Amino acid sequence: MNDPARLKVLEAELATIGAEPYYEPVGEEIALFEAAYSARVPVLLKGPTGCGKTRFVEHMAWRLARPLVTVSCHDDLTASDLVGRYLIVGDQTVWVDGPLARAVRAGGFCYLDEIVEARKDTTVVIHPLADTRRCLPMEKRGELLRAPDEFMLILSYNPGYQSVLKELKHSTRQRFVAIEFAYPNADLEARIVVRESGLDRPAAERLVKLGGMTRNLKGSGLDEGASTRLLVHAAQLMVRGVAPRTACHGAVAEALTDDPEMLVALDELVNAVF
Amino acid sequence: MAVARPPGAARRPAADARGVHLRDLARVLELVLRGLAGRALRVETGPETYTDTETIFLPESIDAAPERAANERRYKALAVHHWAQTRYGTFNADLESVLEGFASRGRGLAWINLLEAVRLEACLRRGYPGLARLLASLRPALPDDLARVERELSRPQASVGDSIRLAHELAAGEPPAPFPYLGTLHPGEAQTVREARVAKERRALHRELAKIRGGLAVEGGGEIERQPAPAVEVDASFDTLQFRLEVEGERVEPRPSVAALVRSIVQDFGEVPPEYLVAAGPGQYAPDAEPTHETESAHAESHAEDGILYDEWDFQRRDYRKAWCVAFESDVPRGDPAFVAGVRAQYAGQIAQLRRRFEALRGEEKLLRREHEGDDLDFDAVVEAYADRRTGLEVTERLFTLRRRAERNIAAMFMVDMSGSTMGWVNECERTALVMLCEALEALGDRYAIYGFSGWGRKRCEIYRIKRFDERYSDAVRGRIAGVQAKDYTRMGVAIRHLSKLLNEVDAKTRILFTLSDGKPDDFIDGYRGVYGIEDTRQALFEARASGVHPFCITIDEEARDYLPHMYGAASWALIDDVRKLPLKAADAYRRLTS
Repeated sequence: MNDPARLKVLEAELATIGAEPYYEPVGEEIALFEAAYSARVPVLLKGPTGCGKTRFVEHMAWRLARPLVTVSCHDDLTASDLVGRYLIVGDQTVWVDGPLARAVRAGGFCYLDEIVEARKDTTVVIHPLADTRRCLPMEKRGELLRAPDEFMLILSYNPGYQSVLKELKHSTRQRFVAIEFAYPNADLEARIVVRESGLDRPAAERLVKLGGMTRNLKGSGLDEGASTRLLVHAAQLMVRGVAPRTACHGAVAEALTDDPEMLVALDELVNAVF
Repeated sequence: MAVARPPGAARRPAADARGVHLRDLARVLELVLRGLAGRALRVETGPETYTDTETIFLPESIDAAPERAANERRYKALAVHHWAQTRYGTFNADLESVLEGFASRGRGLAWINLLEAVRLEACLRRGYPGLARLLASLRPALPDDLARVERELSRPQASVGDSIRLAHELAAGEPPAPFPYLGTLHPGEAQTVREARVAKERRALHRELAKIRGGLAVEGGGEIERQPAPAVEVDASFDTLQFRLEVEGERVEPRPSVAALVRSIVQDFGEVPPEYLVAAGPGQYAPDAEPTHETESAHAESHAEDGILYDEWDFQRRDYRKAWCVAFESDVPRGDPAFVAGVRAQYAGQIAQLRRRFEALRGEEKLLRREHEGDDLDFDAVVEAYADRRTGLEVTERLFTLRRRAERNIAAMFMVDMSGSTMGWVNECERTALVMLCEALEALGDRYAIYGFSGWGRKRCEIYRIKRFDERYSDAVRGRIAGVQAKDYTRMGVAIRHLSKLLNEVDAKTRILFTLSDGKPDDFIDGYRGVYGIEDTRQALFEARASGVHPFCITIDEEARDYLPHMYGAASWALIDDVRKLPLKAADAYRRLTS
């Protein structure tokens, strides 16, 4: 049986962050987060993909010196995936805490990324943790975990999806302090691209300009414009000697769309700045 | 830097392999221009090449160069140059009055057009070097005696005013031949469009700022009346079109539509003029006196009030007639409320039976055993695994139970024939069938909508709402079912197209378009009968299927016809010979279809 190996993998998830994760504040988000942390109020991060939500959480975990567990939610993620379950180890059944339970016990940060993707029953375990009760009921163990003051629950959510199925219910969202993330302004974004990739500043500025152009196309054939993350990818390719147009075609245009006419238009926009 | 041809363009027969038609390139050009920055411009064909600051008019086709790629480059250069005129402010001066100052209007215009081209290319060089290279590659070098002029116009601060000043200086001489990518300037037309836009955007910005201010004032304790209006500042850059919006010294992140508005204003003025930011009254803005202007003009453009345009298939031309039918949606007027109650009473036994059968279909939560992963241990599997291990057999890893809800994720659209031929018994049975379907579907929990259709010619295709997807089976819906009446003709294609579109807006794994009709499509008004109607209906069903909808048709026709298999080519179908059987048969067909 492979369960002991699996246990190790699970345990490794709760990590303390050693070196400072690079993060450029866009607004007041750091102060807001710190205040929410000291008030023991959970936080909801809103914003499009690739604008720095996950990085921000890592940065805050480092800043406040708390271990962090990140769970990427998917449509099969259930409450027991978060709380824990019995496994067979050798001749015994062994209870294994899920990531949420481990974060509660350790007084760490639990970051549930893209929470709307998870099954609806996860709200059952999130709600008591997200209000003044601050506890995690572990039904199968008959145990009620009280969260220490240092524990913090963080959700992220992309309001850009149009589907009604991907909306966060008010009973959930109204338990959180919401921090909105947007793409950084051009100057800051260029600084981030330079810092993350080592690309020279003028080229980074062109990339950022390209990013802005693709964001102009949001709603006219693109569901989302290029995220800062995509621009960093393109920059990383360019630093490794890939020609700018090839890098942008692969890292930006093809990553954004499959529509042939849109691809032609995006390549033209790449040509316009490089 | 050739514009690659998108695959879709290859299918269209080009008169000449090297020639390029605007219709093949228009979308790409519009996307490029929209991406570049600033105001979104339309691209249209026109007898002359010019821009009125909101639309760029381009020739219908270009085949001047021997290669296709070169002709595409020419198109792109034309589009980019005229976009640059609107982006970098060629029309921000009153060119009409300027031209009066020239001895020859034509020569003055030619000089301004040329000098502006020089200036715009320099602007592009700073922001979009690739575009500047494209334009430079298509034009001859400037004569030496214009080198000074080129230097002056290449300064970052050069504006249209500099071009005008230099045009006056040079007006005595003949201008050099225009660049190949230059169109004409129509300053009067551009001025008219610009003035209309300026007025509209000024109102719109006032409205938006009032909202932003109002929001802040309320935060400040609600004493709006006595407080002076919060100061709004916009610090915008004409070069980058980026801006900061500050209210009372605090930065505010505007909504995307407001950002686009501010960028458009900055394009027209180089800044947001201070008078745009001043509050109109003490503390608050008067509500807009003429708020409906924009919507009215938008409606006037689509050539029928609220109609939605659909193509229709012409089997003889083997092509679509573009935007041929106009569909109108309206609610069915409520009918006699006693009707539904009557049906429920009359068919109480059958309805109860239907409900039970449909309830059995409902997705129940299933406990899956012997899974790799799951919520709990499957103790049967665990015991077996121990036994296996003791006896030295291979031990399975499938030891868990998993709860999974087998969800029915179905959306159904019922499309009911309300043509004149359904008058009498058929209509009665249709209504009864609808009641029974509703009762059954309520038990099942599938999402469903009901629409009727009829029409009088292609310009009056009526779609009648009986129940929307997001509507409950309420008294209003029951009233509308009772109100279903026989109306005019049967133009089926447009109804299938419209209702498939509505159906496709619903998020569901399976989408079913369930039509109830009494026979052949038939619209007397403009030849929608016989083969034409059958072929268009067939085509519409194919389109529906291709868009991911499962069409199913029930036809009530006492004489089974041989056209049915052909017409329903893409759809499953059933024929009911006795109208009276329709209510039960319809519900039954739906049950079989979805289980």
